[in-house]
Amino acid sequence: MNIYALVKRTFDTEEKISVQNGEIAEDGAEFIINPYDEYAVEEAIRVRDEHGGEVTVLTLGGEDAEKQLRTALAMGADKAVLINTEDDLDDIDEYTAAAIIAEYLKDKEADLILAGNVAIDGGSGQVGPRIAELLDINYVTTITELKIDGDKANIVRDVEGDSETIEAQLPLLATAQQGLNDPRYPSLPGIMKAKKKPLEELELDDLDLDEDDVEAKTERVEIFLPPEKAAGRILEGDLQDQVKELVGLLRTEAKVI
Amino acid sequence: MSNKVIVLGEVRDGALRNVSFEAIAAAKKVAGDGEIVGVLIGDDVQGSAPEMIAYGADRVVTVEHPHLKHYTSDGFGQAFMAVYEQEQPEVIVFGHTAQGKDLSPKIAAKLQSGLVSDVTEIEGEGDDAVFIRPIYSGKAFEKVKINEGPVFFTIRPNNIQAAEKDGSRSGDVSSVTADIQNLRSVVKEVVTKATDGVDMSEAKVIVAGGRGVKGPEGFEPLKELANLLGGAIGASRGACDADYCDYSLQIGQTGKVVTPDLYIAAGISGAIQHLAGMSNSKVIVAINKDPEANIFKVADYGIVGDLFEVVPMMIEEIKNTKVNA
Repeated sequence: MNIYALVKRTFDTEEKISVQNGEIAEDGAEFIINPYDEYAVEEAIRVRDEHGGEVTVLTLGGEDAEKQLRTALAMGADKAVLINTEDDLDDIDEYTAAAIIAEYLKDKEADLILAGNVAIDGGSGQVGPRIAELLDINYVTTITELKIDGDKANIVRDVEGDSETIEAQLPLLATAQQGLNDPRYPSLPGIMKAKKKPLEELELDDLDLDEDDVEAKTERVEIFLPPEKAAGRILEGDLQDQVKELVGLLRTEAKVI
Repeated sequence: MSNKVIVLGEVRDGALRNVSFEAIAAAKKVAGDGEIVGVLIGDDVQGSAPEMIAYGADRVVTVEHPHLKHYTSDGFGQAFMAVYEQEQPEVIVFGHTAQGKDLSPKIAAKLQSGLVSDVTEIEGEGDDAVFIRPIYSGKAFEKVKINEGPVFFTIRPNNIQAAEKDGSRSGDVSSVTADIQNLRSVVKEVVTKATDGVDMSEAKVIVAGGRGVKGPEGFEPLKELANLLGGAIGASRGACDADYCDYSLQIGQTGKVVTPDLYIAAGISGAIQHLAGMSNSKVIVAINKDPEANIFKVADYGIVGDLFEVVPMMIEEIKNTKVNA
Protein backbone atom coordinates (compact mmCIF):
# COMPACT_ATOMS: atom_id res chain seq x y z
CA MET A 1 0.00 0.00 0.00
CA ASN A 2 1.07 3.53 -0.67
CA ILE A 3 0.63 5.23 2.70
CA TYR A 4 1.18 8.85 3.67
CA ALA A 5 1.27 10.24 7.19
CA LEU A 6 0.84 13.99 7.58
CA VAL A 7 2.65 15.54 10.52
CA LYS A 8 2.99 18.99 12.03
CA ARG A 9 5.71 20.33 14.25
CA THR A 10 4.10 21.77 17.39
CA PHE A 11 5.02 23.12 20.80
CA ASP A 12 5.59 20.48 23.43
CA THR A 13 2.45 20.11 25.56
CA GLU A 14 4.54 21.00 28.63
CA GLU A 15 5.29 24.47 27.29
CA LYS A 16 3.75 27.58 28.79
CA ILE A 17 2.62 30.04 26.17
CA SER A 18 3.67 33.68 26.14
CA VAL A 19 3.13 36.45 23.64
CA GLN A 20 5.88 38.70 22.31
CA ASN A 21 5.32 41.44 19.71
CA GLY A 22 1.92 40.06 18.87
CA GLU A 23 3.21 36.55 18.21
CA ILE A 24 3.55 33.40 20.30
CA ALA A 25 7.12 33.46 21.67
CA GLU A 26 9.08 30.45 20.41
CA ASP A 27 12.46 31.16 22.00
CA GLY A 28 13.80 28.16 23.84
CA ALA A 29 10.58 26.19 23.44
CA GLU A 30 10.69 22.44 22.89
CA PHE A 31 9.01 21.16 19.76
CA ILE A 32 7.49 17.76 19.10
CA ILE A 33 5.44 15.94 16.48
CA ASN A 34 1.85 16.95 17.15
CA PRO A 35 0.70 14.10 19.47
CA TYR A 36 -2.29 13.20 17.28
CA ASP A 37 -0.01 13.02 14.23
CA GLU A 38 2.21 10.64 16.18
CA TYR A 39 -0.73 8.23 16.34
CA ALA A 40 -1.07 8.64 12.57
CA VAL A 41 2.61 7.79 11.99
CA GLU A 42 2.38 4.75 14.27
CA GLU A 43 -0.77 3.51 12.53
CA ALA A 44 0.80 4.02 9.10
CA ILE A 45 3.77 1.87 10.13
CA ARG A 46 1.51 -0.85 11.52
CA VAL A 47 -0.63 -0.96 8.36
CA ARG A 48 2.52 -1.20 6.23
CA ASP A 49 3.96 -3.97 8.40
CA GLU A 50 0.76 -5.96 7.97
CA HIS A 51 -0.04 -5.27 4.33
CA GLY A 52 3.28 -4.25 2.82
CA GLY A 53 4.05 -1.07 0.96
CA GLU A 54 5.69 2.16 1.92
CA VAL A 55 5.12 4.97 4.43
CA THR A 56 5.97 8.54 3.48
CA VAL A 57 5.77 11.22 6.18
CA LEU A 58 5.00 14.68 4.95
CA THR A 59 5.09 18.05 6.61
CA LEU A 60 4.61 21.66 5.66
CA GLY A 61 6.76 24.19 7.42
CA GLY A 62 10.30 25.45 7.75
CA GLU A 63 13.76 23.94 7.93
CA ASP A 64 13.29 23.20 11.64
CA ALA A 65 10.58 20.64 10.88
CA GLU A 66 13.26 18.27 9.54
CA LYS A 67 13.82 17.14 13.13
CA GLN A 68 10.22 15.91 13.48
CA LEU A 69 10.45 14.16 10.09
CA ARG A 70 13.64 12.38 11.23
CA THR A 71 11.82 11.28 14.38
CA ALA A 72 9.05 9.77 12.25
CA LEU A 73 11.67 8.06 10.06
CA ALA A 74 13.31 6.71 13.20
CA MET A 75 9.95 5.29 14.30
CA GLY A 76 9.91 3.36 11.02
CA ALA A 77 8.57 5.50 8.17
CA ASP A 78 10.40 4.86 4.88
CA LYS A 79 10.85 8.35 3.49
CA ALA A 80 9.98 11.93 4.18
CA VAL A 81 8.89 15.05 2.35
CA LEU A 82 9.31 18.59 3.64
CA ILE A 83 7.39 21.26 1.78
CA ASN A 84 9.33 24.30 2.86
CA THR A 85 7.28 27.48 2.73
CA GLU A 86 9.59 29.56 4.94
CA ASP A 87 10.80 31.84 2.15
CA ASP A 88 7.55 32.08 0.22
CA LEU A 89 4.74 32.57 2.70
CA ASP A 90 4.21 34.68 5.80
CA ASP A 91 0.66 33.70 6.57
CA ILE A 92 -0.61 30.18 6.30
CA ASP A 93 -4.15 29.28 7.20
CA GLU A 94 -5.96 25.98 6.78
CA TYR A 95 -6.97 26.88 3.23
CA THR A 96 -3.33 27.51 2.30
CA ALA A 97 -1.93 24.40 3.99
CA ALA A 98 -4.53 22.10 2.44
CA ALA A 99 -4.12 23.60 -1.03
CA ILE A 100 -0.36 23.06 -0.99
CA ILE A 101 -0.42 19.55 0.44
CA ALA A 102 -3.22 18.46 -1.90
CA GLU A 103 -1.25 19.83 -4.85
CA TYR A 104 1.67 17.65 -3.82
CA LEU A 105 -0.48 14.55 -3.25
CA LYS A 106 -2.70 14.80 -6.32
CA ASP A 107 -0.58 12.53 -8.55
CA LYS A 108 0.85 10.29 -5.81
CA GLU A 109 -1.98 7.74 -5.87
CA ALA A 110 -2.04 7.26 -2.12
CA ASP A 111 -4.18 4.36 -0.89
CA LEU A 112 -4.25 5.63 2.66
CA ILE A 113 -3.47 9.03 4.13
CA LEU A 114 -3.30 9.30 7.90
CA ALA A 115 -3.19 12.50 9.94
CA GLY A 116 -4.00 13.71 13.43
CA ASN A 117 -7.60 14.76 13.97
CA VAL A 118 -6.41 18.09 15.28
CA ALA A 119 -3.13 19.90 15.94
CA ILE A 120 -2.68 20.99 19.52
CA ASP A 121 -1.58 24.48 18.46
CA GLY A 122 -4.09 25.77 15.88
CA GLY A 123 -6.74 23.32 16.97
CA SER A 124 -9.11 23.63 14.03
CA GLY A 125 -8.93 20.10 12.64
CA GLN A 126 -9.59 21.38 9.13
CA VAL A 127 -6.58 20.45 7.07
CA GLY A 128 -7.15 16.67 6.83
CA PRO A 129 -10.74 16.77 5.57
CA ARG A 130 -9.94 19.73 3.29
CA ILE A 131 -7.16 17.71 1.64
CA ALA A 132 -9.47 14.72 1.16
CA GLU A 133 -12.06 16.93 -0.49
CA LEU A 134 -9.49 18.56 -2.77
CA LEU A 135 -8.25 15.10 -3.79
CA ASP A 136 -11.86 13.92 -4.08
CA ILE A 137 -11.25 10.92 -1.82
CA ASN A 138 -13.15 9.53 1.12
CA TYR A 139 -12.35 10.57 4.70
CA VAL A 140 -13.22 9.56 8.24
CA THR A 141 -12.21 11.64 11.28
CA THR A 142 -11.37 10.80 14.92
CA ILE A 143 -10.73 7.09 14.38
CA THR A 144 -9.81 4.76 17.25
CA GLU A 145 -9.53 1.52 15.26
CA LEU A 146 -8.49 0.75 11.67
CA LYS A 147 -8.45 -2.56 9.82
CA ILE A 148 -7.72 -2.70 6.12
CA ASP A 149 -9.67 -5.36 4.24
CA GLY A 150 -9.06 -5.33 0.47
CA ASP A 151 -10.31 -2.05 -0.95
CA LYS A 152 -12.18 -1.20 2.24
CA ALA A 153 -11.32 -0.13 5.76
CA ASN A 154 -13.24 -1.19 8.82
CA ILE A 155 -13.10 1.68 11.22
CA VAL A 156 -14.28 2.56 14.68
CA ARG A 157 -14.53 6.28 15.33
CA ASP A 158 -15.10 8.27 18.47
CA VAL A 159 -18.12 10.54 18.21
CA GLU A 160 -18.41 12.56 21.40
CA GLY A 161 -18.06 9.49 23.55
CA ASP A 162 -20.17 7.17 21.37
CA SER A 163 -18.41 4.84 19.02
CA GLU A 164 -19.40 4.38 15.40
CA THR A 165 -18.42 1.39 13.29
CA ILE A 166 -17.84 2.40 9.71
CA GLU A 167 -17.03 0.63 6.49
CA ALA A 168 -15.07 3.05 4.34
CA GLN A 169 -13.87 2.77 0.77
CA LEU A 170 -10.23 3.29 -0.10
CA PRO A 171 -8.49 5.50 -1.07
CA LEU A 172 -9.11 7.08 2.28
CA LEU A 173 -7.88 9.86 4.49
CA ALA A 174 -8.37 9.05 8.17
CA THR A 175 -7.60 11.26 11.16
CA ALA A 176 -6.39 9.76 14.41
CA GLN A 177 -8.04 10.13 17.79
CA GLN A 178 -6.38 9.26 21.05
CA GLY A 179 -6.72 5.54 21.79
CA LEU A 180 -5.91 4.47 18.21
CA ASN A 181 -2.58 3.00 19.29
CA ASP A 182 0.42 3.51 21.54
CA PRO A 183 3.12 5.24 19.48
CA ARG A 184 6.52 3.55 19.77
CA TYR A 185 9.65 5.36 20.85
CA PRO A 186 12.35 5.44 18.18
CA SER A 187 14.96 2.75 18.89
CA LEU A 188 18.67 3.53 18.72
CA PRO A 189 19.13 1.48 15.50
CA GLY A 190 16.01 3.22 14.19
CA ILE A 191 17.58 6.61 14.85
CA MET A 192 20.80 5.55 13.09
CA LYS A 193 18.88 4.25 10.07
CA ALA A 194 16.72 7.38 9.91
CA LYS A 195 19.77 9.51 9.14
CA LYS A 196 20.19 7.69 5.83
CA LYS A 197 16.56 7.52 4.79
CA PRO A 198 15.53 9.82 1.92
CA LEU A 199 14.18 13.24 2.84
CA GLU A 200 12.99 15.31 -0.08
CA GLU A 201 12.66 19.07 0.26
CA LEU A 202 10.37 21.06 -1.98
CA GLU A 203 9.29 24.66 -2.34
CA LEU A 204 6.17 26.18 -3.88
CA ASP A 205 8.01 26.55 -7.19
CA ASP A 206 8.54 22.81 -7.38
CA LEU A 207 4.79 22.34 -7.15
CA ASP A 208 4.14 24.95 -9.84
CA LEU A 209 2.35 27.04 -7.26
CA ASP A 210 2.46 30.77 -6.90
CA GLU A 211 2.00 32.57 -3.56
CA ASP A 212 -1.18 34.15 -4.90
CA ASP A 213 -2.68 30.72 -5.67
CA VAL A 214 -2.61 29.78 -2.02
CA GLU A 215 -3.12 33.12 -0.28
CA ALA A 216 -4.75 32.71 3.13
CA LYS A 217 -8.48 33.43 3.32
CA THR A 218 -8.43 34.29 7.01
CA GLU A 219 -6.35 36.81 8.87
CA ARG A 220 -5.21 36.71 12.46
CA VAL A 221 -5.53 40.21 13.85
CA GLU A 222 -4.48 39.61 17.44
CA ILE A 223 -3.23 37.02 19.89
CA PHE A 224 -3.86 37.34 23.59
CA LEU A 225 -3.57 35.29 26.73
CA PRO A 226 -6.59 34.48 28.89
CA PRO A 227 -6.79 36.64 32.03
CA GLU A 228 -4.95 35.14 35.00
CA LYS A 229 -7.40 33.52 37.31
CA ALA A 230 -7.65 35.20 40.68
CA ALA A 231 -6.63 32.92 43.51
CA GLY A 232 -9.50 30.73 44.57
CA ARG A 233 -10.77 30.00 48.03
CA ILE A 234 -9.46 27.00 49.89
CA LEU A 235 -12.14 26.16 52.39
CA GLU A 236 -11.24 25.48 56.01
CA GLY A 237 -12.63 23.85 59.08
CA ASP A 238 -14.30 20.54 59.70
CA LEU A 239 -14.66 18.55 56.44
CA GLN A 240 -18.43 18.23 56.82
CA ASP A 241 -18.70 22.02 57.29
CA GLN A 242 -16.49 22.64 54.26
CA VAL A 243 -18.80 20.53 52.10
CA LYS A 244 -21.84 22.41 53.45
CA GLU A 245 -20.15 25.71 52.70
CA LEU A 246 -19.11 24.57 49.21
CA VAL A 247 -22.60 23.44 48.21
CA GLY A 248 -23.97 26.71 49.59
CA LEU A 249 -21.45 28.75 47.60
CA LEU A 250 -22.19 26.83 44.40
CA ARG A 251 -25.89 27.52 44.89
CA THR A 252 -25.89 31.14 45.99
CA GLU A 253 -22.59 32.76 44.98
CA ALA A 254 -21.62 30.90 41.80
CA LYS A 255 -25.22 29.89 40.98
CA VAL A 256 -24.13 26.86 39.01
CA ILE A 257 -26.20 24.11 40.66
CA MET B 1 -25.76 46.05 5.97
CA SER B 2 -27.54 42.82 5.41
CA ASN B 3 -26.12 39.32 5.25
CA LYS B 4 -28.08 36.19 4.58
CA VAL B 5 -26.95 33.54 7.06
CA ILE B 6 -27.60 29.83 6.96
CA VAL B 7 -27.32 27.86 10.18
CA LEU B 8 -27.03 24.09 10.16
CA GLY B 9 -29.15 22.68 12.98
CA GLU B 10 -28.12 19.38 14.49
CA VAL B 11 -30.71 16.85 15.59
CA ARG B 12 -29.64 14.20 18.04
CA ASP B 13 -31.99 11.53 19.37
CA GLY B 14 -34.93 13.36 17.83
CA ALA B 15 -34.21 16.77 19.39
CA LEU B 16 -32.23 19.82 18.34
CA ARG B 17 -29.00 20.24 20.25
CA ASN B 18 -28.55 23.34 22.34
CA VAL B 19 -25.56 24.38 20.23
CA SER B 20 -27.95 24.88 17.30
CA PHE B 21 -29.81 27.60 19.26
CA GLU B 22 -26.47 29.17 20.16
CA ALA B 23 -25.53 29.09 16.46
CA ILE B 24 -28.71 31.01 15.62
CA ALA B 25 -27.76 33.63 18.25
CA ALA B 26 -24.27 33.84 16.68
CA ALA B 27 -25.86 34.20 13.24
CA LYS B 28 -27.87 37.20 14.50
CA LYS B 29 -24.63 39.05 15.28
CA VAL B 30 -23.38 38.86 11.71
CA ALA B 31 -26.71 39.00 9.86
CA GLY B 32 -27.48 42.70 10.27
CA ASP B 33 -30.92 43.02 8.65
CA GLY B 34 -30.29 39.83 6.73
CA GLU B 35 -32.41 36.72 6.85
CA ILE B 36 -31.48 33.73 9.02
CA VAL B 37 -32.25 30.43 7.38
CA GLY B 38 -32.13 27.25 9.44
CA VAL B 39 -31.10 24.04 7.69
CA LEU B 40 -32.01 20.56 8.89
CA ILE B 41 -30.57 17.41 7.35
CA GLY B 42 -31.56 13.82 8.18
CA ASP B 43 -34.08 11.07 7.47
CA ASP B 44 -36.79 12.62 9.63
CA VAL B 45 -36.03 16.12 10.86
CA GLN B 46 -38.89 18.34 9.78
CA GLY B 47 -40.41 18.12 13.26
CA SER B 48 -37.55 20.21 14.63
CA ALA B 49 -38.15 23.13 12.25
CA PRO B 50 -40.57 25.07 14.52
CA GLU B 51 -37.99 25.03 17.31
CA MET B 52 -35.36 26.62 15.09
CA ILE B 53 -37.86 29.35 14.28
CA ALA B 54 -38.76 29.79 17.96
CA TYR B 55 -35.08 30.41 18.67
CA GLY B 56 -34.69 33.04 15.97
CA ALA B 57 -34.51 31.47 12.50
CA ASP B 58 -36.71 33.32 9.97
CA ARG B 59 -37.41 30.18 7.99
CA VAL B 60 -36.16 26.62 7.70
CA VAL B 61 -35.09 24.47 4.78
CA THR B 62 -34.99 20.71 5.24
CA VAL B 63 -33.31 17.94 3.27
CA GLU B 64 -34.72 14.50 4.07
CA HIS B 65 -33.57 11.21 2.58
CA PRO B 66 -33.33 7.63 3.89
CA HIS B 67 -29.57 7.73 3.26
CA LEU B 68 -29.29 10.59 5.74
CA LYS B 69 -30.35 8.52 8.76
CA HIS B 70 -26.72 8.45 9.91
CA TYR B 71 -24.28 11.26 9.41
CA THR B 72 -21.68 10.70 6.68
CA SER B 73 -19.59 13.48 5.19
CA ASP B 74 -20.62 12.46 1.66
CA GLY B 75 -24.34 12.32 2.42
CA PHE B 76 -24.55 15.47 4.51
CA GLY B 77 -22.13 17.24 2.17
CA GLN B 78 -24.40 16.60 -0.82
CA ALA B 79 -27.47 17.65 1.15
CA PHE B 80 -25.88 20.83 2.46
CA MET B 81 -24.55 21.85 -0.95
CA ALA B 82 -28.07 21.47 -2.42
CA VAL B 83 -29.28 24.04 0.13
CA TYR B 84 -26.25 26.25 -0.42
CA GLU B 85 -26.83 26.38 -4.18
CA GLN B 86 -30.44 27.37 -3.63
CA GLU B 87 -29.86 29.97 -0.93
CA GLN B 88 -26.47 31.49 -1.89
CA PRO B 89 -25.84 32.88 1.61
CA GLU B 90 -23.12 35.34 2.62
CA VAL B 91 -22.52 33.59 5.95
CA ILE B 92 -22.58 29.94 7.14
CA VAL B 93 -22.67 28.85 10.80
CA PHE B 94 -22.24 25.30 12.18
CA GLY B 95 -21.83 24.05 15.73
CA HIS B 96 -18.31 22.84 16.50
CA THR B 97 -19.54 19.35 17.35
CA ALA B 98 -18.28 16.00 16.07
CA GLN B 99 -20.52 16.49 13.06
CA GLY B 100 -19.72 20.15 12.51
CA LYS B 101 -15.98 19.53 12.84
CA ASP B 102 -16.16 16.72 10.31
CA LEU B 103 -18.38 18.44 7.75
CA SER B 104 -17.31 22.10 7.80
CA PRO B 105 -13.81 21.65 6.26
CA LYS B 106 -15.31 19.65 3.40
CA ILE B 107 -17.80 22.41 2.64
CA ALA B 108 -15.09 25.08 2.99
CA ALA B 109 -12.88 23.17 0.54
CA LYS B 110 -15.77 22.89 -1.92
CA LEU B 111 -16.42 26.63 -1.64
CA GLN B 112 -12.68 27.44 -1.60
CA SER B 113 -13.42 29.58 1.42
CA GLY B 114 -11.86 30.42 4.72
CA LEU B 115 -13.30 28.81 7.82
CA VAL B 116 -12.91 29.91 11.42
CA SER B 117 -13.38 26.87 13.66
CA ASP B 118 -14.32 26.63 17.31
CA VAL B 119 -15.34 30.24 17.90
CA THR B 120 -16.09 31.15 21.52
CA GLU B 121 -16.96 34.82 21.08
CA ILE B 122 -17.82 37.29 18.33
CA GLU B 123 -16.67 40.88 18.59
CA GLY B 124 -18.31 43.59 16.54
CA GLU B 125 -21.27 43.05 14.27
CA GLY B 126 -22.13 42.38 10.66
CA ASP B 127 -19.27 42.74 8.21
CA ASP B 128 -16.93 44.00 10.94
CA ALA B 129 -17.29 40.83 12.98
CA VAL B 130 -14.06 39.47 14.43
CA PHE B 131 -14.03 35.91 15.71
CA ILE B 132 -12.30 34.89 18.92
CA ARG B 133 -11.13 31.31 19.26
CA PRO B 134 -8.82 29.39 21.59
CA ILE B 135 -5.44 28.19 20.36
CA TYR B 136 -2.95 25.93 22.14
CA SER B 137 -6.01 24.30 23.74
CA GLY B 138 -6.99 27.51 25.51
CA LYS B 139 -3.53 28.53 26.68
CA ALA B 140 -4.01 31.51 24.34
CA PHE B 141 -6.69 33.06 22.14
CA GLU B 142 -6.64 34.58 18.67
CA LYS B 143 -8.86 37.08 16.92
CA VAL B 144 -9.50 36.18 13.30
CA LYS B 145 -11.37 37.80 10.45
CA ILE B 146 -12.32 36.55 7.04
CA ASN B 147 -11.38 38.97 4.29
CA GLU B 148 -13.30 37.53 1.39
CA GLY B 149 -16.56 35.62 1.53
CA PRO B 150 -18.33 33.49 2.19
CA VAL B 151 -17.88 34.00 5.92
CA PHE B 152 -17.92 30.56 7.48
CA PHE B 153 -17.47 29.71 11.14
CA THR B 154 -18.26 27.02 13.70
CA ILE B 155 -19.07 27.82 17.32
CA ARG B 156 -17.94 25.94 20.39
CA PRO B 157 -20.93 24.68 22.41
CA ASN B 158 -21.71 26.40 25.70
CA ASN B 159 -20.02 29.75 25.02
CA ILE B 160 -22.43 31.94 23.05
CA GLN B 161 -25.74 32.58 24.78
CA ALA B 162 -28.84 31.32 22.92
CA ALA B 163 -31.84 33.66 22.66
CA GLU B 164 -34.92 33.07 24.79
CA LYS B 165 -37.34 30.71 23.11
CA ASP B 166 -40.27 32.60 21.55
CA GLY B 167 -43.02 30.16 20.59
CA SER B 168 -45.07 32.93 18.97
CA ARG B 169 -42.63 33.34 16.09
CA SER B 170 -43.63 31.84 12.77
CA GLY B 171 -41.78 31.16 9.54
CA ASP B 172 -41.85 29.18 6.36
CA VAL B 173 -40.63 25.58 6.29
CA SER B 174 -39.68 24.22 2.88
CA SER B 175 -37.77 21.24 1.60
CA VAL B 176 -35.03 20.73 -0.94
CA THR B 177 -34.70 17.42 -2.73
CA ALA B 178 -31.22 16.11 -3.25
CA ASP B 179 -29.88 12.91 -4.75
CA ILE B 180 -27.91 11.36 -1.97
CA GLN B 181 -25.70 8.82 -3.66
CA ASN B 182 -22.26 7.23 -3.92
CA LEU B 183 -21.66 7.28 -0.19
CA ARG B 184 -18.09 6.11 0.29
CA SER B 185 -18.57 5.42 4.00
CA VAL B 186 -21.36 3.38 5.54
CA VAL B 187 -22.20 3.52 9.25
CA LYS B 188 -22.70 -0.07 10.41
CA GLU B 189 -23.29 0.41 14.09
CA VAL B 190 -23.40 3.10 16.77
CA VAL B 191 -22.53 2.07 20.30
CA THR B 192 -23.36 4.46 23.11
CA LYS B 193 -20.68 4.22 25.74
CA ALA B 194 -21.24 4.21 29.46
CA THR B 195 -21.28 7.98 29.84
CA ASP B 196 -25.02 7.90 30.60
CA GLY B 197 -25.99 10.05 27.70
CA VAL B 198 -24.66 13.45 28.74
CA ASP B 199 -22.04 14.56 26.24
CA MET B 200 -19.02 16.35 27.65
CA SER B 201 -18.85 19.08 25.01
CA GLU B 202 -22.32 20.38 25.86
CA ALA B 203 -22.52 19.46 29.53
CA LYS B 204 -23.18 22.27 32.01
CA VAL B 205 -21.53 20.27 34.75
CA ILE B 206 -18.53 17.94 34.50
CA VAL B 207 -17.24 15.78 37.33
CA ALA B 208 -13.74 14.60 36.46
CA GLY B 209 -11.53 12.06 38.15
CA GLY B 210 -7.77 11.59 38.11
CA ARG B 211 -5.30 9.10 39.47
CA GLY B 212 -6.81 9.76 42.89
CA VAL B 213 -9.87 7.64 42.02
CA LYS B 214 -7.50 4.65 42.30
CA GLY B 215 -9.44 2.30 40.02
CA PRO B 216 -12.42 1.97 37.66
CA GLU B 217 -14.74 1.52 40.64
CA GLY B 218 -13.47 4.81 42.06
CA PHE B 219 -15.49 6.59 39.36
CA GLU B 220 -18.76 5.35 40.89
CA PRO B 221 -19.21 8.17 43.44
CA LEU B 222 -18.24 10.69 40.73
CA LYS B 223 -20.87 9.23 38.40
CA GLU B 224 -23.46 9.50 41.15
CA LEU B 225 -22.58 13.15 41.70
CA ALA B 226 -22.63 13.84 37.94
CA ASN B 227 -26.02 12.18 37.57
CA LEU B 228 -27.41 14.18 40.47
CA LEU B 229 -26.28 17.42 38.81
CA GLY B 230 -27.31 16.34 35.29
CA GLY B 231 -23.67 16.41 34.27
CA ALA B 232 -21.10 14.31 32.48
CA ILE B 233 -18.06 12.36 33.63
CA GLY B 234 -14.54 13.29 32.57
CA ALA B 235 -11.03 12.18 33.41
CA SER B 236 -7.41 13.22 33.42
CA ARG B 237 -4.79 11.52 31.29
CA GLY B 238 -3.45 9.85 34.44
CA ALA B 239 -6.75 8.07 35.00
CA CYS B 240 -6.98 7.02 31.34
CA ASP B 241 -3.37 5.81 31.16
CA ALA B 242 -3.95 3.75 34.30
CA ASP B 243 -6.96 2.12 32.57
CA TYR B 244 -9.43 3.45 35.12
CA CYS B 245 -11.61 4.67 32.26
CA ASP B 246 -11.92 5.01 28.50
CA TYR B 247 -9.76 7.50 26.57
CA SER B 248 -12.92 9.08 25.22
CA LEU B 249 -13.30 10.69 28.66
CA GLN B 250 -9.89 12.36 28.67
CA ILE B 251 -9.86 16.12 29.14
CA GLY B 252 -6.73 18.09 28.31
CA GLN B 253 -4.43 19.25 25.58
CA THR B 254 -4.64 15.78 24.11
CA GLY B 255 -8.23 14.83 24.74
CA LYS B 256 -11.25 17.08 24.92
CA VAL B 257 -11.28 20.76 25.72
CA VAL B 258 -14.32 21.69 27.76
CA THR B 259 -15.92 24.84 29.17
CA PRO B 260 -18.81 23.82 31.42
CA ASP B 261 -20.44 26.13 33.97
CA LEU B 262 -19.13 23.90 36.76
CA TYR B 263 -16.08 21.67 36.66
CA ILE B 264 -15.42 19.46 39.66
CA ALA B 265 -11.91 17.99 39.64
CA ALA B 266 -11.60 15.08 42.07
CA GLY B 267 -8.22 13.52 42.70
CA ILE B 268 -6.65 15.40 39.79
CA SER B 269 -3.25 16.95 40.42
CA GLY B 270 -3.55 19.46 37.58
CA ALA B 271 -0.77 18.92 35.05
CA ILE B 272 -0.42 21.82 32.61
CA GLN B 273 -1.86 19.64 29.82
CA HIS B 274 -4.99 18.96 31.88
CA LEU B 275 -5.40 22.61 32.85
CA ALA B 276 -5.33 23.56 29.15
CA GLY B 277 -8.41 21.41 28.63
CA MET B 278 -10.56 22.80 31.44
CA SER B 279 -9.24 26.03 32.93
CA ASN B 280 -11.68 28.16 30.93
CA SER B 281 -14.62 26.51 32.72
CA LYS B 282 -16.76 29.11 34.47
CA VAL B 283 -16.50 27.72 38.01
CA ILE B 284 -13.90 25.18 39.07
CA VAL B 285 -14.01 23.09 42.25
CA ALA B 286 -10.92 21.11 43.22
CA ILE B 287 -10.88 18.24 45.68
CA ASN B 288 -7.44 16.83 46.41
CA LYS B 289 -5.57 15.39 49.35
CA ASP B 290 -2.43 17.31 48.46
CA PRO B 291 -2.72 21.00 49.43
CA GLU B 292 0.16 21.78 47.05
CA ALA B 293 -1.60 20.27 44.02
CA ASN B 294 -1.48 22.50 40.95
CA ILE B 295 -5.21 22.18 40.41
CA PHE B 296 -5.85 24.53 43.35
CA LYS B 297 -4.20 27.35 41.37
CA VAL B 298 -7.07 27.45 38.90
CA ALA B 299 -9.84 26.44 41.32
CA ASP B 300 -12.47 28.93 42.47
CA TYR B 301 -13.20 26.73 45.46
CA GLY B 302 -10.95 24.08 46.89
CA ILE B 303 -11.31 21.39 49.52
CA VAL B 304 -8.19 19.68 50.78
CA GLY B 305 -9.37 16.18 51.53
CA ASP B 306 -9.97 12.64 50.35
CA LEU B 307 -12.40 12.54 47.44
CA PHE B 308 -13.89 9.31 48.79
CA GLU B 309 -14.99 11.26 51.87
CA VAL B 310 -15.79 14.58 50.22
CA VAL B 311 -17.78 13.42 47.19
CA PRO B 312 -20.29 11.27 49.14
CA MET B 313 -20.74 14.19 51.57
CA MET B 314 -21.42 16.51 48.63
CA ILE B 315 -24.01 14.09 47.24
CA GLU B 316 -25.69 13.95 50.64
CA GLU B 317 -25.61 17.73 51.12
CA ILE B 318 -26.96 18.46 47.63
CA LYS B 319 -29.79 15.96 48.14
CA ASN B 320 -30.62 17.42 51.55
CA THR B 321 -30.59 21.03 50.47
CA LYS B 322 -32.63 20.19 47.38
CA VAL B 323 -35.35 18.76 49.57
CA ASN B 324 -35.28 21.87 51.78
CA ALA B 325 -35.43 24.22 48.78
